Amino acid sequence: MFDLTGKSALVTGASGGIGAAIARVLHDAGAAVALSGTRVEPLDALAGELGERAHVVPCNLSDQAAVAELPKQAAEAMGAVDILVNNAGITRDNLFMRMSDAEWDDVIQVNLRSAMVLSRAVMRGMMKARWGRIVNVSSIVGTTGNPGQANYAASKAGLVGMSKSLAYEVASRGITVNCVAPGFITTAMTDKLTDDQKSAILSQVPAGRMGEPGEIAAAVLYLASPEAAYVTGTTLHVNGGMAMI
Amino acid sequence: MSDIEERTRKIVVEHLGVEEDKVTENASFIDDLGADSLDTVELVMAFEEEFGIEIPDDAAETIQTFGDAVKFIKEAA
Repeated sequence: MFDLTGKSALVTGASGGIGAAIARVLHDAGAAVALSGTRVEPLDALAGELGERAHVVPCNLSDQAAVAELPKQAAEAMGAVDILVNNAGITRDNLFMRMSDAEWDDVIQVNLRSAMVLSRAVMRGMMKARWGRIVNVSSIVGTTGNPGQANYAASKAGLVGMSKSLAYEVASRGITVNCVAPGFITTAMTDKLTDDQKSAILSQVPAGRMGEPGEIAAAVLYLASPEAAYVTGTTLHVNGGMAMI
Repeated sequence: MSDIEERTRKIVVEHLGVEEDKVTENASFIDDLGADSLDTVELVMAFEEEFGIEIPDDAAETIQTFGDAVKFIKEAA
């Protein structure tokens, strides 16, 4: 099950905890992977660990010109992009009344706009191949909201709406577009939380613990697999029961 | 019949699965040949590859019929 031999996957944000875990499981399933991120060192380290079929394609997604180049670099490295995982995400938290235009724009650019540009760029190859998988990593807060994260929540909810619309358009071409919405996962992003914040969060999680990056990666692997061909436009919530939606 | 016209017709026939004699100059891709909007995007992609040309989006929108396509390609190729 979930054999991706012969497929090529581009994973953004692969220098982060969740992105690295996603790249690892796709690679383990047989796919070639292009690892994208801003920090080259962790990408090189991951590529070294994975060995063959792993390519490093650094990209700063806040740079629009670099975003436009990324799909070409990935296709050159791997021959094609059959699977696109838009995982990269940044936060610029602030109370809504204090949020600057720049804080809003930066988050929308990296989390939402780059996902659109990358998806559009890989669509031609997927249409010709009559096969493609796009998995957008959303977030629980895109559905529930979160104080201090109006920009982040808007970007993550935006991914869901974008995915559904694109899923409609290309379903007849064998291309699926889905989201995975993590709850609270142990990553650098959640390490910044204080112990008090963590225990407050955990009191809301029926599973009683944070999730692991590998548990998000497993959901992405499923949606990227041939077995998930009939699943499109959906959001798979992986949140320990924190929000049953 | 020109070579460009013949190659263009072949793409349309293959892509839309229609009879060759239906692909006449005035045949509308959407109204007469059963294409949906995504098919028209794919046809433009196929024309671009076959003839090594760029068809910008605003030009693509003006290509409604087989005749429109042949005319555009002849001018661009």
